Formats: sequence, C-alpha cells, structure tokens
Amino acid sequence: MMRLFHGVALLVLLMSAMPAHAALKVLATTADWAALTQELGGDKVDVYGATTAFQDVHRVDAKPSLVARARSADLVVLSGADLEIGWLPVLLQESGNPRIQVGQPGYFESTAFVRLLEVPSTVDRSMGDVHPQGNPHIQLDPRNIAAVAKALTTRLVQLDGKDAQYFESRGADFQARWQQAMTRWESQAAPLKGTSVVVIHKDQSYLCNWLGLKAVASIEPKPGLPPSAAYLAQLVSQLTAAPPKMILRNAYNDPKAAEWLSERVHAPVILLPYSVGGTPEAKDLFGLYDDSINRLLKAVQ
Amino acid sequence: MTTSRSIAAWFLAACIVLPAAGQADDLNSLKSELNSLKSDYEARIAKLEARISQLENQVASTGAPAGAAGSTDAAAAAVPADVLAAAAADTASAGAASPEQEMPAPAAGRNAAAAFNPAMSVILGGNYASTSQDPDTWRVAGFIPSGGDVGPGDRNFNLGESELTLSANIDPYFFGNLTASINGDNEIEVEEAYFKTIAVPDGFVIKGGRFFSGFGYLNEQHAHAWDFVDQPLVYQAFFGGQLSQNGVQVKWVAPTVLFIELGAETGNGEEFPGTHRDRNALNGATLFGHLGGDIGDSTSWRAGVSWVDLHAEDRTYDDVDEFGLPVVNAFTGRSRTWVGDVTFKWSPHGNPIQHNLKFQAEYMRRSEDGDLAFDVNNLALSDDYDTTQTGWYVQSVYQFSPRWRFGARYDALDSGTTHIGLVDDGLLPPGAFPLLESANPTRVTVMLDFSPSEFSRLRAQYAWDDARDTDTDRQFQLQYIYSIGAHGAHKF
Repeated sequence: MMRLFHGVALLVLLMSAMPAHAALKVLATTADWAALTQELGGDKVDVYGATTAFQDVHRVDAKPSLVARARSADLVVLSGADLEIGWLPVLLQESGNPRIQVGQPGYFESTAFVRLLEVPSTVDRSMGDVHPQGNPHIQLDPRNIAAVAKALTTRLVQLDGKDAQYFESRGADFQARWQQAMTRWESQAAPLKGTSVVVIHKDQSYLCNWLGLKAVASIEPKPGLPPSAAYLAQLVSQLTAAPPKMILRNAYNDPKAAEWLSERVHAPVILLPYSVGGTPEAKDLFGLYDDSINRLLKAVQ
Repeated sequence: MTTSRSIAAWFLAACIVLPAAGQADDLNSLKSELNSLKSDYEARIAKLEARISQLENQVASTGAPAGAAGSTDAAAAAVPADVLAAAAADTASAGAASPEQEMPAPAAGRNAAAAFNPAMSVILGGNYASTSQDPDTWRVAGFIPSGGDVGPGDRNFNLGESELTLSANIDPYFFGNLTASINGDNEIEVEEAYFKTIAVPDGFVIKGGRFFSGFGYLNEQHAHAWDFVDQPLVYQAFFGGQLSQNGVQVKWVAPTVLFIELGAETGNGEEFPGTHRDRNALNGATLFGHLGGDIGDSTSWRAGVSWVDLHAEDRTYDDVDEFGLPVVNAFTGRSRTWVGDVTFKWSPHGNPIQHNLKFQAEYMRRSEDGDLAFDVNNLALSDDYDTTQTGWYVQSVYQFSPRWRFGARYDALDSGTTHIGLVDDGLLPPGAFPLLESANPTRVTVMLDFSPSEFSRLRAQYAWDDARDTDTDRQFQLQYIYSIGAHGAHKF
C-alpha cells in the first residue's frame, strides 16, 4: 500500500514538473483534422488522431486510450454535425477535462464554419442514419478546408496567445499554398465535370459537388444501411440502362459490394483515399487531393 | 409586389402634397411633380429589385462554403441542380456565413423553448421464452437468494423493460441523466438518476444520485447493451443482476497515455448484498481501478480490479426447513467482494463494420461474515456465519458478417465452504438450510443476433442452465431490442 502511495505521489510530482510552455495537446477525431491542425500548428501543437482513414468515423468505440487522450487535451477538433455522436460524448464526459467540453474554446466543431450540403427538411430514422444538421463529410471540398483552416488558426491564437504570430504566419502561408493548389486542382479536374459516378455512402457528396461529378446512385439504399438483394438488382437494371463512368470506393469501405456491381454494370471501381492516409500517396491534405484527382482522371482517360 | 410598392409610393406622395391639393391653379404643376415622383420611385424600386435578384443568384450559385468567394464561378458551373435548390431555399444562413463566426447549428422546425429539451431515447424490449424446467423453481444452488431481477423470467411472450432516458447538460458545470424503466408488470423503476460534473478539472468527475456502480465491467451497462439476453450467473448471484448506488462517486483519470482510472463510491448501500439501514452513517464503500490501452491499430483492452464492501442488516430470504416447511431466514453482517475484469476488442484496423471480436471475463470472490438467523418469525435462532464464495464467466462475441454476430458464454460458481454456527454447534440439523448446501452451478449459453440497423437488434439464445445444480434447464429465448430517439453513445 505504501509503495502504491509513493508511486502515485511520484506520478503527481512528475505531472506538476512538466514544462509550462508545452505544445498545445490536440485530439483530432479524423486523420484530416489531425493533418490540418499539424499544418497550422507546426511544432507548437502535439496532435493525436483518434481515427485513421481505414475506420468509419460513425462507428468507433469510446476506447480507453481515447479517454486518456481526451483527459489531457487542450483542444478537440471534430467534424461535428453528429458524425462522432456515437463515441465523442462519452470521451468528453469520462475525460474529467473541462477545457474541451461543448461551448468551450477547446471544442472546435469544423462543420460550424462551412455550409453543409443535404440538410434534410424532415428527419426520421426510416430514412436511415440521417444527420439532421446536414452531411458532415465536409473534408473533400478544399473550399471547406480553407474556411475551417481560417477558423482553426483563430482558435489556436485564442488558446495560445503567446504564439499568435507563429500561428498567424503559418495560417497565412497555408492559405496561400492552398489557394494555389486549389487553382491547380480545379484546372486539372476540369475534364471530370459531368462524369457520372456511383458512390457507396453519401460521404463523397462534397467532392462531387466541387468537381461537378454527377452521383447517379448510392450503393447504400439509405445512409448507414447495407443494400438488400432486391435493391442491388434494381440498381443493376437502372445502371445498365444508363451506365456510370465509375464506382467510387473509399479506403475504409469493404470492396465486395462495389466490385459486385462493377462486374455487372461494366464500370471500374475507383479506390479513393477519402482521408489522409487512405492511400500511400495521400500523406497530407495536399496529397489527399492530388491523389484523389489523379485517380479520378486516370479513370476517365 | 410592384403594384403594392407603387401604391405605397403614391400614398407617400399624396401625403406630402395633400395640403396644397385645394389650389386649382397649382393642379397641373402638382400633377407633373407627382408623375416625376412616381417615375423616380419606380426607377428606384426596379433598381432595388434587380439588385435583389442578382444577389439571390449569387448566393444560390455559391452552393457551398461561404469562405470560397474566390471560386464562385467554378462552383456555379459545378453544382448539381438539387444542391442549387437546397442552397436557394436556405439563403438566410448562407448570407450570414463568415468564416470567423460560428454559425449556430440549424435548429430547423424547433421553437426556442423546445431547443433546450433534453436528448430523449426509448428502448423497447421483449422476448419469447421456452424453458424445460418451471421458471418458478429457478435458483442458484448454494447461494443466498439475491432477490433481484434474476433467472430466465416467465415462459412464453413477455414484454421486457421499456427504458426511457433523458439527458442533457444542466449548465456549464453539470450534466444530468434520468433512466427509468417500465417493466412488463407496469411498474416504473428509476434505474439511474444522477448528475455528473463537467467543469471539475484535472481528470476528476463527481457523480451523485442513483447510478450503476462502477465496479467490474458489466455492472455499468444497461440491459439493452448486453451481448446476451441475461446477466452472467455471478452477477445474478452476487448482486441480484446489477448493483446500483444511492450516493456519490468520484472518479479520476490520470494524465497519461495509458488509460488509468481510479474511482471510489459510497452511499446508503441498500441494494443486495447490502440492505437499508436506519442510520446516518454511510453504508460501505466501493473502490475500483481500471487500466486500458491499444495494442496496434486493431486491438484495444481494458482491465480492472474492484472492491465492494457493504453491510447487511436483517437481509431476509425465503427457504424451507428440514421438514420442507417454509421459513424466513436472515443475514446480518458484512459482505465484501473482490472483482477482477478484463475486456478485449478486436477489429481489422479498428473498423468493426465487417468483422469484430469482443472477449470479456470477470471473476468475483465474495466473503460474508456475521450472523445467520433461522426462522426469524418463530424460532428466531441466531448464530455466527461466514462464507467465501467465488464465481466467474467468460464470453466472446464475434461479428462474422455485417449485421450478424455469434456469441458464447460460460458461467461457473463455487459456493465454497460455509460455516453456519447453528449447524456446526448441533443446534440445527445440516438439512435446515437446503439453499446453502454446497454446490457448483454452471451454465453454457450461445446466442446469434441480427442487427438490421444501429437501432434494432433481434436475438436468439439457447442456454443449458445448471444453476439449480440438479436438473439442467434448457432455455430458448428470442429477443428484440429497439432504440428510438436520440442516438446513444456507448461506453467501451
């Protein structure tokens, strides 16, 4: 017992001995927000991504390791609009950390800074797992990234005023590079305009909207629900009549349904990274877009 | 629109010029003035209208983010028609969207008062049960009956618990939660009603009210989150299913990458194995510690040790004496339980959609010592009593295909050796406490469940239940669990 007490005392001592000017600890719910925070915060932030591109952010466990990360976080960067509703509320409650509670400066909800697509006028669970506030998968429109980046820079400055200049100059630098890249992507992706695609879940809506891809069908009949045989049969007859150019699949999706459909409607399955880290090329946010556009362009050539 | 505006302009003009209207010779000049005024106003209105429609078009074609002013033209060409329509219908919020400002989440169709309604969810549950033995004879051999909601329940169709949960942040300092369950017999029970702090720093969370005790792994979980229809035998025998506290809990999470959680609870301790005591002093304490973390990107784990200490005063239970006549016996004393728990969850790269595996096991060891009274209503004989009993379960659930899961569980209990003073001193024959005769109850359970969506689950379960330690009860159950309302967030 005495030894345990000494252990705890030592632990507490170590905590209090930590440097006062340590980097901001950030818990980002997705790999994209982790990448963005890293871009903007440089070495003044210590970022932990709660999920990877191979996970469906709707379906994540409130794992003990995440509670431990939430406990010490100065800032949580999330998508919001109910994307993380199945697990983030538990982390916040279990964390014992008032800095990151809803409404605190340490709670940064990205979807609050962009206009959401597909805001339903009525919601009912018979429509599947719909999000009342709109589609939360905002990271695949670079204009959203720019808007979120701007707000996130402001937030970093608010949380760590002594490094304000550092964050502001990094923010400005990122915005400049991002605008440049956006111009490049938009001209590269011009041939994609009007291309008809099939998606799995409505998580490519922002990419389709930005690039002018036409999502003609979704493999999920309703958000979050797997397709039935009857629905797939109907999909095949619909798509045989008007064949799509390609079927989009995210890194975290099971390839089976997409490949099954691909064989029948003779459209290739295009794997997209969807999130930073989803493909070896999508190392950061720039890579995410470069690679997505490259893969799409290859498919239309 | 134009007509009403012209009328308004006319009216305005008329008001200005009315005092002069009587003078006939000025009539012509007035008329011409009015005409010029009219045309002036109409020109202005036309200008404004043109401006409005121009703005409307701009907003509609922006389609998505307000921060993307630079790429308006590209976006306008790219936006599909339905998005345009949606954008046009929602111009108000688009107009306000400046990236520095946080837009309030759209609260479509809500009035201001309803916006503060707590998150509300209802769980509907029910089952069909078929058992080879009479459910009324079910008991855990060798253990003092826990008196809780235990056993396989009634045969045939049964309405299970309908669980209503209301929860919300109370203010910037507290969170509040009420979970009430309505059982098939039309009784309402407050399962949990607690407040919890959200503003206490340094990893501390204080909870008060009625809540499921934080010991072990399964005790805090509500019935709809269980992987089997019923609780492990050890929970049923040691805690009457689940232990709830009327009291306070303090939890602390360490500021480390490894998850370290320490907790302590105390309260009135009126739930089995404790009893209500008419005293000001707190009844007992619960201490627990948990560790947790990840192994690679596919596996996460949690393990813990807990200690539950409660006092019982005249904890009565029904038994029969050596002649088979009903008697009421009672225990008074201290009940201490050690609990060890371990849980693993695995899914490929942390993505549970296709396949995932959950493994959990808990071990409990309970010591009770005090006095055992025989036939409290008549003979009222009493002498010392002590016992150490153990029990454990191990279970695993595997999702072999999206929506489908298979699970198996093994339960085992050991009633240990019990010292009953009244028997050991020869005052009563060994057969006087038939329920406490040494036994090793076991149970094997398998289950298959199908979840059409995150909000519905249908389950079939088969159990070979040897809790009686005499005849095996073959139990078959079908169960449904439906969730309506707010999307729940579940603990690990």
